[in-house]
Amino acid sequence: MNLRVALPKGRLLAPTAALLDKAGWGLEDYSEKARLYRLKSHIYPELTAKMFQEKDIPIQVAIGNYDMGVCGLDWLAEYTARFPSTELCLLRELGYGEGAVYAAAPPGLIADGVITTSGENVRIASEYPNLAESLALALRLRRFSIYPVWGAADAYPPENAEIVLLSRRSEAEIASAGLVSLGMLKTARACLIVNRKSLSKKDLSPLLDSLKGTAAAGDSSADIFNLTALAQRKRTLSEGDASVVRLALPDGHQQAHVRKILDAAGVMIEEYPSTTGVRRPKSSLEGFAITVIRPQDMPLQVAAGNFDLAITGRDWLTDHHYQFPGSPVKELLDLKYGRVRIVAVVANEVLADTTAELSDLRQREGGACRIAAEYVNIADYYARTNRLGAYRIVPTWGATEAYIPEDADVLVENTETGSTIARHNLKIIETLFESTACIIGSTRESQSAVKTTRIDAFVELMRRTMDVMG
Amino acid sequence: MRTQRCKGFGDLNAQEMTRFRSVEAAFQETARGYGYSEVRTPTLEYLHLFTSAGTLTSGMLKRVYSFLDWDGWSGERVVLKPDATIPAARLYIEQLADKGQPARLSYVTNTFVFDAAGGKNRERWQCGAELIGAGSAPADAELINLACDSLKRMGIGHYSLRLSHAGLIRAVLSGLGLSAAEQHAAFNRLLDGDKTVFAGLTAQIPGVAEALKLMLETRGRSVGFLKNLQSLFDDSAPDMKSAFTDFIATIELVEAAGLDYEIDFTAGKGFEYYTGFIFRLFASDVNVGGGGRYDRLVGMMGGADTSAAGFGLYIDRLSALVNIDRLYIPVAQRVSMDIEPSAMKAGMEVADILRRLEFVVLTAFCGNVAADCGWDVKVRAGEPQLSVTNLATGETCICQNSMELATIVGLG
Repeated sequence: MNLRVALPKGRLLAPTAALLDKAGWGLEDYSEKARLYRLKSHIYPELTAKMFQEKDIPIQVAIGNYDMGVCGLDWLAEYTARFPSTELCLLRELGYGEGAVYAAAPPGLIADGVITTSGENVRIASEYPNLAESLALALRLRRFSIYPVWGAADAYPPENAEIVLLSRRSEAEIASAGLVSLGMLKTARACLIVNRKSLSKKDLSPLLDSLKGTAAAGDSSADIFNLTALAQRKRTLSEGDASVVRLALPDGHQQAHVRKILDAAGVMIEEYPSTTGVRRPKSSLEGFAITVIRPQDMPLQVAAGNFDLAITGRDWLTDHHYQFPGSPVKELLDLKYGRVRIVAVVANEVLADTTAELSDLRQREGGACRIAAEYVNIADYYARTNRLGAYRIVPTWGATEAYIPEDADVLVENTETGSTIARHNLKIIETLFESTACIIGSTRESQSAVKTTRIDAFVELMRRTMDVMG
Repeated sequence: MRTQRCKGFGDLNAQEMTRFRSVEAAFQETARGYGYSEVRTPTLEYLHLFTSAGTLTSGMLKRVYSFLDWDGWSGERVVLKPDATIPAARLYIEQLADKGQPARLSYVTNTFVFDAAGGKNRERWQCGAELIGAGSAPADAELINLACDSLKRMGIGHYSLRLSHAGLIRAVLSGLGLSAAEQHAAFNRLLDGDKTVFAGLTAQIPGVAEALKLMLETRGRSVGFLKNLQSLFDDSAPDMKSAFTDFIATIELVEAAGLDYEIDFTAGKGFEYYTGFIFRLFASDVNVGGGGRYDRLVGMMGGADTSAAGFGLYIDRLSALVNIDRLYIPVAQRVSMDIEPSAMKAGMEVADILRRLEFVVLTAFCGNVAADCGWDVKVRAGEPQLSVTNLATGETCICQNSMELATIVGLG
């Protein structure tokens, strides 16, 4: 009987590898240097394992692609907060993996059971949107908005969020980010999870026996957050606040490109890219407040009115528009770098070379089509408009090309040259569109004429710079 | 692949819809007689309508169907409405509050609550009535009477009425020295049916243990029971005194109306917005409805402080209890009509006359007599143009015109 296990990359890889080595699983390729995501055991021939981003693992085990998995209790809680009747269940804590999910707020924002907001809603930014919603309900917040973010949640308060949920090693790290911890929501220690159907139908005992004596005493109930209802009070914005242009710049590998353009435009900017994690770099742009966040999160932030301008990719703008067709966010200027194609991909063995052929094939074969994508809304739109029949979107946080064939039937993915796709024995059946970096803004009219002038001048400056750069 | 229903949701087949409409019609006719006007609120509402402190319990809020709408980029979620009273109160605030008159509203609506077991109960239907802007014992009694009369009109004669009082329970909890937060939590747990709350409290405060035990474990059947309890508790606290006075006034009217009832303080429903009397109705040991007074809800939702009360009757449960034999159309009232294409106009005239006479007229396809019919009518272009066969006796009559045919069928 085939036993399938999902194992984490990242922070839990080394201690998990040590644990499984001690347990004698024989997964020698499971290491930081692993070149392949698929792993075989030389001890248990029936065992296959695959490496995933940690937050993908609860999904993979819950939908039955894997019998067991190792992830943090935080990601288990994030999944079960939204899907309480899931097939996913906790087998045991593994006793390693530092940190926890904390709720935090800027100093002075919460006092005497009242939270001060800049709008009608309490805004909560987090990589854990489901835990954030549970928290909002538990705090009996009257009106709230949840901003799911891909990262950099600590960059949002105080201007763009009143509360953030962050994974940190200690409360001291929360304080060093200039925030006040409201308490720990969930520990992020490692745990072993199992699919309930696998537990009832398969003999997992060889693997479970091998882990006997390895589990440390856990305390998964260590949710020490003292929940009392928070009342809300709206603060008044000053005129000065209203005229400041809030500009979001991307973190990650896009920074070098953006810096090059800003340099060419004669805009001085300090610590961007930053080696010390500065998220509010100073610049020579008068009346601009710059925040560095993930490009994936920018369209939603501009739509929600938290930023006036942002530099992101057309791929993320399109994904946002597919989720919110009436969104006020629009592309203001094509920055012409970071060119990628957004493509639909299947295994080479699939008897379809186009989406139309895939649609015919799905209708003949039946069954649910699994579509893995970071771009969940583009993937959903693609499947819906191309009538792929019953389909499931499997959200991923990277390394999507390793999902086919065992964990997905179709990918919606970006590619520069197509070489990674070809190397994984996959083929492109449709190019959905091309994406480059762009400046985005809102179609909503600003209340401040000064701000509008500043926005227009910045976009014009960038336009002229792009013309000069060719 | 076989098409499948969504887990937790069910179809209503023809027989079930007949039952549903029977319950609905009985309620609507009764509500009209009490002067209640029918309204309808949307399926989607903003989540914040339900998250205001003191509207729905945390347990309930965890099970709402919430999501981002197509224009939900602000991050604010919408819900499939989990409750019918709160949207009705919103409608009152937006459209009726300035009229200065009590609003009598009725509705038939579905609500949506996630249930992990995934039976067919994630979508629930109810008939509801809200009396907003009137806050006296007669208002309470009017609603209880309306609910009971609705059951009678549905043909459900045997039911039990259980009454409780949220204000009195709160006053007792307050008297036990619980802080507001503890009181809230204890009350939530009580309304969720958790009697262990009281076990803990009575151990802590033995002085009132016996009284509390009596209050919770005895089913009262008279105003006297409430007066006895009043004597056992220290009702010097204003909240306690006014709650007893309020509840006694309501019970006196219920008693005067000749309704059978029980006073059962543990009778609760998973909502925390009640402030005064609470009632539940049981038929064949099934909870088929309930409601109560919620004097603070309209104020909490941003309206002016307004007295209000209401109830819901659960159609899904009542449908299983109603007798619908009388609603079946007998075979003798069903006519199969075979019309030759060139005689369509004449055939339609005959069908129209029969339908006006409350016959059910079904088209006979390909010359096959429609199922479960007592009559077979044939309409032709040539002679004989009209003929009718009594399918029970096999007797066929040639008719000269539509009226003659209608007379034959009508007379049986």
